[in-house]
Amino acid sequence: METTRRDFLATAGAAAGAAAAPSRGHADELEHDRQALWSDMTLRVKSLESLLVEKGLVERAALDALVDTFEHKIGPRNGARVVARAWVDADYKQRLLANATAAIAELGYRGQQGEHMVALENTPSVHNMVVCTLCSCYPWPTLGLPPVWYKSAAYRSRVVIDPRSVLKEFGLEIPEGVEVRVWDSTAEIRYLVVPAKPSNTEGLGEEALAALVTRDSMIGTGLPLQPGSGAQP
Amino acid sequence: MNGVHDVGGMQGFGPVHPEANEPVFHARWEGRVLAMNIAMAAWGKASVDNRRYARELIPPADQLAMSYYEKWYAGLIANVIDARMVTREEIERGTPAPGTQKSTPPLSAAAVPAFWAKGAPKTRDVAVSPKFRVGQRVRTRNINPPTHTRLPRYARDKAGVVERDHGVFVFPDTNAVFLGEKPQHVYSVRFIARELWGDRAGASDSVYLDLWDDYLEAA
Repeated sequence: METTRRDFLATAGAAAGAAAAPSRGHADELEHDRQALWSDMTLRVKSLESLLVEKGLVERAALDALVDTFEHKIGPRNGARVVARAWVDADYKQRLLANATAAIAELGYRGQQGEHMVALENTPSVHNMVVCTLCSCYPWPTLGLPPVWYKSAAYRSRVVIDPRSVLKEFGLEIPEGVEVRVWDSTAEIRYLVVPAKPSNTEGLGEEALAALVTRDSMIGTGLPLQPGSGAQP
Repeated sequence: MNGVHDVGGMQGFGPVHPEANEPVFHARWEGRVLAMNIAMAAWGKASVDNRRYARELIPPADQLAMSYYEKWYAGLIANVIDARMVTREEIERGTPAPGTQKSTPPLSAAAVPAFWAKGAPKTRDVAVSPKFRVGQRVRTRNINPPTHTRLPRYARDKAGVVERDHGVFVFPDTNAVFLGEKPQHVYSVRFIARELWGDRAGASDSVYLDLWDDYLEAA
């Protein structure tokens, strides 16, 4: 049964790529066809959606609600509030490091791809960074959907073997004595980096602190902003 | 499977290219594809492991050439055909086969917030003893299954230390091929970078992977 399933999936996967492709008779048309194949994704996806709706497999309004969730309900501002809370509230930080899923839920963030959270604290001796070398696992409730670079083969391949060169491209020079810990999200645990609180932030409130917490600082490819500097990812 | 999705440690992909002010989606269809993947998951016929495996089975050259959401589109089609929910002919035509009875979608718009918040936890509340304890030295097994696995190639037959027991989770290797959930402990295992990559790796650096009991043996 295993082999049958697998063969079937392999055939289906290939079929999905070829299904609506223009018929191709000559090898020299291949590149042209490849362009055509994926430039009409709008039409292909519309066609699939209307098929699933007509079969009663999905409800169009449910898809609208899901897209609205991706675009407006989740995102790195959520994670930034978690980090800012940890910066100002030592008890909260302790709870976050002990049971991140529950602590993050205290602020109202939970759900798909955030079911099993772990928070990683950056310290003077440890710099954490997160990757998924096998696909694109990412903590959706706190960070939203991952940026394209996080899903790219370049990031996913390099960060485990040569993290410091990747960090340099992001403008981060981690001193030799500091341990770089790379967390490969191979299972269903999702990671949120808690960066160190910037200096010169005494007296800033939680909201002002949250504004300093960048998405990349919670992946581990960036640091929080300094007060008064411009916006960054 | 030793596929092109398993890129950890590969070289030649060039620099990382962050995009300034990146939108959540670069085209409307991307959001629809992701939403359809999640809405179809509500049927319970394709687990996250089935869905990942379907994307891994896209022919390697296509996989490298396709964008992220193109892969999700192809994977979704493979999953719905495999689950006998849709036929290839229907995909090609874009309309249901004549005489098809209309189903009722399990996920309504009103149910989305609760469905989203609940998520799809992969922990299982069953009594399974851990095979390893925190602090123990372990070695990853040298396995090369031709089907789905979450033990990357770069971390096979490598020695590490169990740093944390995450609890009992569904085992993807069996679940992806409909051979059962086989719940077992998942551990955070720490590997010294030089154990994985040799002397060019940073002397003080490390890589942590989340690994199931079946991937490990005592060192």
